Amino acid sequence: MLRYFIKRTGSLVLSLAVASLIIFTVIEIAPGDPASFMLGLNAQPETLAALRSELGLDVPKVQRYLAWTGGMLTGDFGTSYTYRTPVSQMVADRIGVSLPLALYALALAIVIAIPAGVFAAGRHGRVADTGVMGATQLGVAVPNFWFAMMLVLVFAIQWRWFPAGGFPGWDKGLGAAVHALTLPAIALALPQAAILTRVMRSSLLEVMGEDFMRTARAKGLSRRQTIWRHGLRNAFIPVLTIIGLQFSFLFAGTIIIEQVFYLPGLGRLIFQSISARDLIVVESVVMLVVFAVIMINFIVDLAYAAVDPRLRSRT
Amino acid sequence: MSLLQIRDLTVRIGDTLVLDRISLQVAPGEILALTGESGSGKSMTALAVMQLLPQGAGISGEITLSGEKLTGMDEAALCRLRGRDIGMVFQEPMTALNPVQTIGAQVAESIRLHEGTGPAEAARRAAHLLDRVGLPAEKFPLTRYPHELSGGQRQRVVIAMAIALRPKLLIADEPTTALDVTTQAQILDLLKGLAREYDTGLIMITHDLAVVSQIADRIAVMKDGQIVETAPTPQLLAERKHPYTRMLFAASAHRVSLPDVPPGPPLLRISEVSRSYAGARQGLFARAAPTRAVRNVSLDIRRGERVGLVGESGCGKSTLTRAILGLDRVDSGTITLDGTPVLHDGRPDRAIRRRLQVVFQDPFGSFNPRHTVGRLITEPCFLQETQMSAARRREATAAALTDVGLQPGDAERYIHEFSGGQRQRIAIARALILRPDLIIFDEAVSALDVSVRARILDLLADLCRTYELTWLFISHDLSVVRTVADRVLVMQAGEIVEQGPTETVFRNPSHSCTKELLAAAPVLNLPPAESELRV
Repeated sequence: MLRYFIKRTGSLVLSLAVASLIIFTVIEIAPGDPASFMLGLNAQPETLAALRSELGLDVPKVQRYLAWTGGMLTGDFGTSYTYRTPVSQMVADRIGVSLPLALYALALAIVIAIPAGVFAAGRHGRVADTGVMGATQLGVAVPNFWFAMMLVLVFAIQWRWFPAGGFPGWDKGLGAAVHALTLPAIALALPQAAILTRVMRSSLLEVMGEDFMRTARAKGLSRRQTIWRHGLRNAFIPVLTIIGLQFSFLFAGTIIIEQVFYLPGLGRLIFQSISARDLIVVESVVMLVVFAVIMINFIVDLAYAAVDPRLRSRT
Repeated sequence: MSLLQIRDLTVRIGDTLVLDRISLQVAPGEILALTGESGSGKSMTALAVMQLLPQGAGISGEITLSGEKLTGMDEAALCRLRGRDIGMVFQEPMTALNPVQTIGAQVAESIRLHEGTGPAEAARRAAHLLDRVGLPAEKFPLTRYPHELSGGQRQRVVIAMAIALRPKLLIADEPTTALDVTTQAQILDLLKGLAREYDTGLIMITHDLAVVSQIADRIAVMKDGQIVETAPTPQLLAERKHPYTRMLFAASAHRVSLPDVPPGPPLLRISEVSRSYAGARQGLFARAAPTRAVRNVSLDIRRGERVGLVGESGCGKSTLTRAILGLDRVDSGTITLDGTPVLHDGRPDRAIRRRLQVVFQDPFGSFNPRHTVGRLITEPCFLQETQMSAARRREATAAALTDVGLQPGDAERYIHEFSGGQRQRIAIARALILRPDLIIFDEAVSALDVSVRARILDLLADLCRTYELTWLFISHDLSVVRTVADRVLVMQAGEIVEQGPTETVFRNPSHSCTKELLAAAPVLNLPPAESELRV
């Protein structure tokens, strides 16, 4: 197990190093000068030179890369060109919305999908199964912003249970913050839950055909006990993979939902920085998102090992 | 009084009649063997007794266990009964255990489930049970996972689970089919001992008549969902009343006669070949000692010679086969076909590859289901330098199919339309189409029913007379090797420990490994029946 952990950690560090190098290369070394890109076509040469030295573009690339990564390791992400505030501060604020929202949505998706998937698999081929499958088909097909608008119409405008948008900040108390994030989380969770339900169902169906499930029945376990005691944990392995992918998406890919609910999240920050050509912010946020995705994969890898003893001893 | 009583059991799945008025009895301590070919309904009978038939199966008739009626019993009562009164051991030990639970937990589960025992007490009893089936706690702690055990050891765990509560009836469905002969002998001894010790009725389902004749008190022969003959073992072996029983036994002991080996220089020459695999990593820099899969193996096969290769699983047969086919490099030594090395700069030599063909065990898994038979058979033709014309390929396909006893028109069909025996014929046609110098049969008849196997062996003997084939026949089934090989090689731990003319080796084995293999292999000794029919 320790060896597996060390191996995974090594691959984590390596992935981060490679990712930072690629991001740096794409943004800074790719054709075109970042400073002239940021200032647009009609920039004055003096302004350009000033920005170049401010951005540190006049020092060699290797040194710049080291300064950038070194800065990130100490929490210094540079200063936003547009807002003139430290990027770390801006990012921290946005993560305070995006991370809880992603976790909230993911938790909802899991809470819906796992019982639904088990339910459908247990009634394979019957009406209940067809019903659940039909619902997931709908969930996958309907875009989440439409869900979002329906939720706002019903729960915010009609019944006034939840706010229609905005985020009060965590300093207004946990209740208010969670309250504000509930509708966006549901809108984000439903399509993900639909996907996860299908994966859970097919994975469990596959496991139910395995020989050891028959062995368990021969021991005297009921069908339900067999599924819960022997089926579920085996069926979780592909489900974990999907959960990892979904988290990555929910963390940074939620720009439309953030727009609908007017939430100050990471997705919007990326969008705004790209529009404002604020490369320093883009670079740092992209690196941060990459870091989060790699971390999630790392956690998923550890979860695999927790679920499947064969992985622990193989590597 | 009988323990299990089956009366007029009929099972239908959809429109198919799977079991047709089966009647059977098993007494306490009795070993009943249920035998017959695949699809005869053996496993269905077992599942019907367990009341674990597939959903939608229609059942009529009556099954009683110690006077208690199982048919029509409600599911909760059946759950209490399964595992407690009836235990079951399945065919495939590699997959019969939950891969993510320890063996201790899986054995203890039966005890905890039925007796409500606490975890500590259940674990103690599980340890005792594992010890009883030959897995002592010092070497096999309860915390082991199934993947850390060999096939035979896993089968012991499954048996420990099945006997945990000393069931009155134990059903073993092909419990040793996936195991090699020495492990098979141990498992059979264990099952027999348990049945006697606990006075358990044992239903042993197996297609292997040699096993049947050794272990069973009574034999029931099944065909197409019916029991065609049942009698105490000595009586059934002597009488073989039903024509199907006679056919089954004749096919099982089927021998073919091969033409003489023409003299000549060696075709395949393996000299001092070794291959080892890196050991498991044991830290950043340390590795376990490498596994030496093949050590210093030298052998020659002459043109027209049929050589058999036997040995327990893990003895290096597969590694050697892969090396001959040029699919894997060797660490040292050379393998040449007609003087040319099979590997050229680490790559298989195409000119050599088309002169070597292989037929694998699994007639179901070794074909692409989306290609027509014609395309499957002509696949090796693409190894040729000058491609055959389409017309020429069609001719070759038709000839190959005819050679193996199929119709030229079968080339247009798909593989799922054929039975297991026919698929193996197609595999042979594929191997034959380029008239290779050497064919490797890797457990090629092991998955087939005895009657099908007998016909495939006849086919091979016929082809041998027509085309002067040379083959290397790898099998764990000694009786098959004995009839299709002129010379036999015995492998153990990567080395060829004994070789010689087949009959000499089988009659007077000199190495201890050969002696053990032969002693462990069940032998079917038939008293001559009064009306022996030839197949």
